[in-house]
Amino acid sequence: MLNEFTQQSGIKVNLVTGKADALLTRIKSEGKFTPADLVLLADVGRLVRAKQMGITQSLNKDGAYALVDAQLRDEDGHWIALTKRARPIMYKKGSFDTSSISSILDLAKPEFANSICIRSSNNIYNQSLVSAMIELQGEEATLQWAKGLVSNFARTPKGGDRDQIKAMIAGECKVAIANTYYLGGMLASKDDNERKIAEQVGVLWHDQSADSQLPGVHVNVSGAALTPFSKNKAQAEALLSFMLSAESQKWYAEVNHEYPVIDGVELSPQLSSFGNFNAQNIALEKVGENNAKALLLMDKAGWK
Amino acid sequence: MFNILKLSTWAISGLFLVPLLFVFSSIFTVQFDVWQHLASTVLSDYVTNSLILALSTGLGTIFLGTYLAWIMVHYQFVGKTLLQWLLLLPLAMPAYIIAYTYTGLFDFAGPFQALIRSTFVIAPTEHVLPDIRNLAGASIMMILVLYPYVYLLARTAFQEQSSQYALVSQLSGVSKWSHFTKIALPLARPAIITGAALAMMESLADYGTVAYFGVSTFTTGIYRTWFGMGNLQAASQLASMLCVFVFILLVLEKHSRKHASRFQSRQGSNVRAKARTGKVGAGLFVLCLLPPLFGFIIPFAQLLFWAVVYFEQALLNDYLPLLKTSLTLAFISTLVIVLCALVISYSKRIFNSKRLAFLSQFVSLGYALPGVVIAVGVVQTAGLIDNSINEILLALIDYQPGLIISGGMGILIFAYCVRYLSVALHNTETGLERIKPNLDEVSATLGASQIKTLRKIHIPLLNTSLISASILVFVDILKELPASLILRPFNVNTLAVKTFELASDERLIDAALPAISIVFAGLLPIVILTMNLEKPKK
Repeated sequence: MLNEFTQQSGIKVNLVTGKADALLTRIKSEGKFTPADLVLLADVGRLVRAKQMGITQSLNKDGAYALVDAQLRDEDGHWIALTKRARPIMYKKGSFDTSSISSILDLAKPEFANSICIRSSNNIYNQSLVSAMIELQGEEATLQWAKGLVSNFARTPKGGDRDQIKAMIAGECKVAIANTYYLGGMLASKDDNERKIAEQVGVLWHDQSADSQLPGVHVNVSGAALTPFSKNKAQAEALLSFMLSAESQKWYAEVNHEYPVIDGVELSPQLSSFGNFNAQNIALEKVGENNAKALLLMDKAGWK
Repeated sequence: MFNILKLSTWAISGLFLVPLLFVFSSIFTVQFDVWQHLASTVLSDYVTNSLILALSTGLGTIFLGTYLAWIMVHYQFVGKTLLQWLLLLPLAMPAYIIAYTYTGLFDFAGPFQALIRSTFVIAPTEHVLPDIRNLAGASIMMILVLYPYVYLLARTAFQEQSSQYALVSQLSGVSKWSHFTKIALPLARPAIITGAALAMMESLADYGTVAYFGVSTFTTGIYRTWFGMGNLQAASQLASMLCVFVFILLVLEKHSRKHASRFQSRQGSNVRAKARTGKVGAGLFVLCLLPPLFGFIIPFAQLLFWAVVYFEQALLNDYLPLLKTSLTLAFISTLVIVLCALVISYSKRIFNSKRLAFLSQFVSLGYALPGVVIAVGVVQTAGLIDNSINEILLALIDYQPGLIISGGMGILIFAYCVRYLSVALHNTETGLERIKPNLDEVSATLGASQIKTLRKIHIPLLNTSLISASILVFVDILKELPASLILRPFNVNTLAVKTFELASDERLIDAALPAISIVFAGLLPIVILTMNLEKPKK
C-alpha cells in the first residue's frame, strides 16, 4: 500500500516497525529532532498514550481528520482511526446453543463454568475490552463480571487469539473471545488445517437487542497520529488521506480483514460472512484513558 | 602501556554502564501504590516462576551440556563429525520460534495428535498429548536451545585437561566414574557453571516464549507494567529487581571459582578419544543425537516443511537484503564485543583490581535484562547526548546538526554490546583463568610489554575461548529482537525482525522462511568455527 502511495504521489515513505510503546519512547527521547512524521498504532489505548506523552499534534481539521466518524477520532484532532476491528464471542457451529448467550455479561454466569477461552490480560485487546466496560458500567460491576469470567476460564490464558479459536474447536472450551481479523485471516489461510478449523467457527454478536444492559460489541481501531515536530506535515496528511481512500480501505478489508472506517467500502467475503452488528456507543478516547485502570482491575480479578 | 589498557577498560565499561544506570535510576522514585498493587496481586508469581524457570534451565543445561561434552571429548564413534556441528545448531534457533513450532506440532490439528488419533481411534475431543504451554514446557524449550552454552564451555574445559590426570587415576585404581566425579568434573566446574549462568540469564530475559505460554515472569511483568499501565518507572524498578537476582547469581558463580586456581598444566598430551564401535558406538551416537533432535531437527523440519510448501519466490527476494543486513550487523558487533571483552578481562587479570572486577560484573548484568529494557536505556542515553550536542552547538555557533547518534547503525551496535558483552566476557575470563600466571611473569622477565604478551601468548592460548565467544555472540545477535526492533534506522530490517513481525501476527507459516534464514545464517559461522575448534592442537 505504501508503494502504491509513492507511485501515485511521488512521496517516498520511510518505515520503521516495532513494539508500539518502545517506539513511542524513542520518538519522545529523540525530541524535536525525530525524523518521524507519522506514527501508526494498533489499539486506541496506545493512541491515547501517545497523546498523553506529548508526541502528537493536532491534525488539519479539514483534511483526513474530517473523513472519519467523530467516535473514531480524538476530540482535539490528535489522532484518527484507520481501521476497525470487533472483539465478539465465537463458538463452534452446530454444537452450541447460541440463544444461551445474549450478553457478554452472561459469560460470568456459573452455567458457563470451565467453558471460556480468552488470552492473557497482558494483551491490550483485552485491556481495551475491559476498559470500555469500565466506561459504560463502572468499575465495581466490571470487577464482579471479570471475577465471574475468570472463574469460568477453561484454562490458564495462553497463546494468541488464533490459539483461543483452535482450542475451542478442539473442545477445550465452548466459547472463545477473539478479534474478527484473526478469524478472517484463518479463513483465508494458506494452511488447509487452519482453514478447516476456521470454517467451523460461528461469530456470536452479543448485546444486540434493545434491552441489553451493555448494548453493542466492543470495537477497537488502529490509527495514526502526527508527531509534534514533523517536518513533512503536508506529505504526512497526504498519506493519511490516501490511507482513508476507498481503495486503501478496501485493501485493509481484503488483506487484513479489518472493517473500513469510511462508508461504502466493500468488505472481504470472510468479513461479510460474519454478518452485521451494532458496536458499543462509546467515544474511543475514553477507552484509551481507562487502560491502566483496566489492568489493575484484571489483576484483582486474577486474570493472568 | 599500563595506563592505556587501564584507561580503555574504564572507558569501555563506563560507556556500557550508562544505559544500565538509566534503568536503575528509576529506583529513586518509589511509587508505593503501584508496588502495593503488584505485591498484593502478581509479584509472587513473577518471583516464583522466574526462579523456577532459571533454576530448571540451569540444571537442565548442566546435565545435557556436560554429558554431551564428556562423550564428545572422550570417545570416537561413527557419526561424531556430524554431531560436532549438529550439537551447536540449537543455538541458531530463537527460543520463541521453537515454542511456536512445538505448539503447532502438538496442536489439536497438528501432525502428532492427528497421527495418534488415527492410529488408536480416539474421540476428537480427547486430549492425547500433554499441553506444553506451561512453566515446565517453557523450561524445556529453554533447555533445548540453551544447552550449547554449557556444552561449548565444558567441552573446551574437558579438552584442555591433560590425559595424565586420567592416567594417574587409572594407575591408582580409581574407577572411571570416580575419576569423572572427583577429578574431571571439579576441574571443569567453573566452565560448566559459567555456561549455566549464561543460560539462566538468557532464560530470565526471555519474553517471547513465556508470554506465548502464558507464564508470568519478571519479563512479562516488566512489559505489562510498562505497556499496560504505561508506567515506565515501575517497569524499570521491576527490571532493577531482576538485576539484583542476577547479581546474586553472578556473585555465587564467582564465588564457586574463587578459591580454586585451576590452571591447566600444558605438559603431557590432551585427552585422546577412545574409539567405540558396534552397539556402544551407536548408543553414544543416539545419546548425543537426542538434544539436537528435539532442539533443532524436529522444529527445523517443521519450519522447512512450511517454507517449502508455501514457498513464494517474491518473499525470498525480499529476504536476501535482510540477510545481508543481519550478517553485517552481527559480524561487526561480534568483533567489537569480543575485542572489548578481551581488553576488560585481560586488564582484570593484570591489575587484579577489586574495582575493575566489580565494574565488569556490573556491566555483565546487561545480559539478564530483557532487550527492550536495554533498548530504552540506550535510547535515553543517545537522546540525551544528541540533544545536549545540539544545544551546545546552537549556543556556540548557532548550528544544529540534528540527531547524530540516535537512529543510526552505531546505536544498534552499542545496544548489542551492552546486552551481549557478558557472553563474551564469561568466555574470555574462564579462558584466561586457565592460563598460568607464571607465563605472564616469564614474558615480563623477557622484557615483553603487556600488550605484546597478550598478543603473542594469551591470544593464541585463548583461541578456543575466543572462538566460542564469537559463535555465541554472533548467533545471539542474529536472533536478537527487541533492541533491533526499537533502535534500527528507517527502512533497516533484520531477519529476526521480519520473523517476529510475522510470528507475532500469528502468521507462523509465513514466518517459516525468515526463521529458516536465521538458522542458515547462523549455520555458516558455526560450521567454520567448529572446524577451527576441531583443528589438532600444536
